[in-house]
Amino acid sequence: MSRRIAVEINGRAVEGEVEPRLLLADFIRDNAGLTGTHLGCEHGVCGACTVQLDGHPVRSCLMFAVQAHGHRIATVEGMAPGDSSLHPLQQAFHECHALQCGFCTPGILMTMEAFLREEPDPTSERIRSALAGNLCRCTGYQNIITAVRLAADRLQNKGEAAVEAS
Amino acid sequence: MKITADIIDPVAINGIGTSPLRKEDWPLVRGEGTFVADFKRPGMVHAFVVRSPLAHARFTSIDRTAVLASQGVLDVITAAELPDRGHKIPTRQFADEGSNRFLQRPLADGVVRYSGEPVAVVIADSRYRAEDAAELLDIDYERLEVVLEPDDAVAESAPLLQPDAGTNIAGRLLVEIGALDEAFAQADLVIKETFRIQRHAAVPLETRGLLAEYDTETESLTVWGAAKIPHVNRAILARMLGWSDESRVRMVELHVGGGFGARGEFYPEDFLIPFAAIRTGRPVAWVEDREENLRATNHSREQVHRVEMALKKDGTFLALKDSFINNTGAYVRTHGMTVPGLSVSMLPGPYKWPAYRGEFRSVVTNKTPGGTYRSPGRFEINFVRERLIDIAAHRLGIDTVDIRRRNLIDRASFPHDVGTLYDGHPVIYDSGDYELLLDKALAAFDYEGLKRWRREPATAGMRRGLGIGFFVEKAGPAEREYARVELNDRGDVVVYTGSASVGQGVETILAQVCVSHLGLPYDRVRVVHGDTAVIPEGMGAFGSRATMLGGAAVMRASEQLRKRLLDAAAEELEAAPADLMLTAAGVSVIGAPTRSVSLTNLLSASAGVITEEHRFVCDLLGFPYGIHFAAVEVDPASGAIHIHRYAVAYDIGRCVNPVLVGGQISGGFAQGIGGALLEEFSFDASGQPLSASFMDYLMPTSEEVPDVELLITEDAPSPLNPLGVKGAGEGGTAAVGAAIANAVSDALGTEVTRLPLSPQRVVELVGA
Ligand code: FES
Ligand code: FES
Repeated sequence: MSRRIAVEINGRAVEGEVEPRLLLADFIRDNAGLTGTHLGCEHGVCGACTVQLDGHPVRSCLMFAVQAHGHRIATVEGMAPGDSSLHPLQQAFHECHALQCGFCTPGILMTMEAFLREEPDPTSERIRSALAGNLCRCTGYQNIITAVRLAADRLQNKGEAAVEAS
Repeated sequence: MKITADIIDPVAINGIGTSPLRKEDWPLVRGEGTFVADFKRPGMVHAFVVRSPLAHARFTSIDRTAVLASQGVLDVITAAELPDRGHKIPTRQFADEGSNRFLQRPLADGVVRYSGEPVAVVIADSRYRAEDAAELLDIDYERLEVVLEPDDAVAESAPLLQPDAGTNIAGRLLVEIGALDEAFAQADLVIKETFRIQRHAAVPLETRGLLAEYDTETESLTVWGAAKIPHVNRAILARMLGWSDESRVRMVELHVGGGFGARGEFYPEDFLIPFAAIRTGRPVAWVEDREENLRATNHSREQVHRVEMALKKDGTFLALKDSFINNTGAYVRTHGMTVPGLSVSMLPGPYKWPAYRGEFRSVVTNKTPGGTYRSPGRFEINFVRERLIDIAAHRLGIDTVDIRRRNLIDRASFPHDVGTLYDGHPVIYDSGDYELLLDKALAAFDYEGLKRWRREPATAGMRRGLGIGFFVEKAGPAEREYARVELNDRGDVVVYTGSASVGQGVETILAQVCVSHLGLPYDRVRVVHGDTAVIPEGMGAFGSRATMLGGAAVMRASEQLRKRLLDAAAEELEAAPADLMLTAAGVSVIGAPTRSVSLTNLLSASAGVITEEHRFVCDLLGFPYGIHFAAVEVDPASGAIHIHRYAVAYDIGRCVNPVLVGGQISGGFAQGIGGALLEEFSFDASGQPLSASFMDYLMPTSEEVPDVELLITEDAPSPLNPLGVKGAGEGGTAAVGAAIANAVSDALGTEVTRLPLSPQRVVELVGA
């Protein structure tokens, strides 16, 4: 008893026949082939699977694919403006050593990108609390907070929206 | 050969001591990494491992009929389907005949000994279907009595996990140095205490996973998702399959989402998934879910120590005596006795002890089997020893810094032989100046200021405390490491290393080492690791060894390559090699750029590529050392601990990349915070795990991990390797339990004797 769904992922129309129980995360990873969205717990705690649904961060392990029908999804693969450039947040993560294994990174980037749209000039303490829903086992978070702050500065200074590859 | 520093400028080429941007990051921040669950092969099918729901039970039959008849199911494997019902998974270090009686087979055969033990594997065309079908597997479990706690496991009446062995003690070891009884007879004060460290574990954010494919034509097997020790595991897998030619197995490392000791050891699934691929003739993928991960992947740290310490009135240490039990869980896994072995050999720490007696018993119980976790065996004993010292200082009325200073090993006595052995390797501290680090740290972190803060009145009801934890870490061994450096006539360099990546930045580090000794810029270097098809041998990444051994091998191979090039060019240019400089274009005479020869010319005789290899051998251990400082405010009403400041001073011999070392320490510190305050695997009376999700197993979030202040020093380079490095991966974790517990004891005026310091336990301490 599969159902047909149509969503938009990173600006591209994606359709699929899915079982009602198929997780949105699995749909994104397997049907759409976008494996940048990771699964760290499948029970809504770690945040590694975070994507944006109509601009808001959601945990794709807690949603069924059918619930996303007709919605707009953004994943980490859609962040960078091009093949040889990074989004300012991605660039700041690179420069500030805000990732080690990088498994948590896509979920954190999607969470923080939405956060900075809501709150373009946050204090470190605000960043710290906005980050609390995403687990990272490698970094100790310190450099992530620094990176988000750096990206906030650059994003406010619009001229530098995309940073070319070095 | 010696390369003079004026020829190669490390800053210009991003060599040792600089912090270039990581080579690893670009695909990872773009979501273009390939972790094992991202990797697919045509015709791939999925495995689901059926696990025991009980901690100890007997069973006589497994009925596969209903499962085999389910939609999409290709195969069901139980012990009966395995050759000889499954060979035992061997240990790879620190084991003997005694401990080998407790090894695990890939699938339980007649008895399950922990909740989560694999009993069958279902292979189906989708993971969802494999999991559905697994529910139909019929097993006639009959419960057996469980034993869970270390003390219960050694009791006379304890149920035995392996009745044939006649005991639950899988290993024991006694170390005796000096005249213990005499030392105790001279003591002015003897402290006697029991300390407990809770079971917790590495828990990388990416769970384990594998993809195995068998090629019937070449009769060879490829396993993707290898980690940590691909070559070692290749040998184990070939042996378990009964293949004498291990080159029939190729292990490939993909992106790895953290290791910390647990990932990459040889687990039951590391046999079962390749075996399923051979049996079904299809590529078989398996990815652990988090609940399985928390029940099945190595646990660590659970120890009970009964310690006695003898001192003089003036605070001079006379003797230390420890008898501890290490709970290794249901089976002895690949690490054998590594964890308790490290504890017993390193308990003495940075101090002089005229006499020491340490003894462990490592016991099996009906809990998940154990292995190493970052700073294995040391997180535990640093807590024990540093707490004991503070208790002594409190009783004698001596300052906690002064009592340590008085007993530190003198700078003049390095190398310092502790007298203990770790898995046959003598524990000889290779180099150090402990007092210098203490002085530097007290100044850098303004310890006097912290003491003033401690005395000032806290906000209503809060109590302030300071704690320190002094520790010695260890790096290596693993005998040898391999490197090959290849340069082509376009000036591109490829470094092949036997070290592995578990997300720590090994590509960046080894590229820096290479360029510092080859003299070409960082951008030119690519590092290849973790593929047994292109790297002939390797010992992997564990015990903070990748930089120490892998780095030394890369350094030597790079030097050899540079020497060969410059010698050839010297002949061509009729100049001395020392007067030449190497760039990506070629070699020229310093100060006379027109006198040059291109790489194309130089390498024309060798088809445009030259290669040098090196095997670096070092059987000894390196010992970095450090100090943690914690300043806390405790709320006695709620039990909450607020960390006001936390600082780590660490001497790592030589620092290849300061930013990456900082990252290792803050990441390690966060894990230490988990161990000190939050993380604990608990079980109910029947052995059911109560912490099998992230709702119950609490890992630190950004709100629990404060920023950590760092002081990295290079005052005691290791004499054991030409780089002088000692490995920096574990010192951030090593003494967090010690420093936090000392700070909380100071704040509450009560002696903490067990971890973790959960709010509930803190409230209990206040009431006590
Ligand atoms: S995988 Fe979705 S929150 Fe962890
Ligand atoms: S970088 Fe490894 S989990 Fe965050």
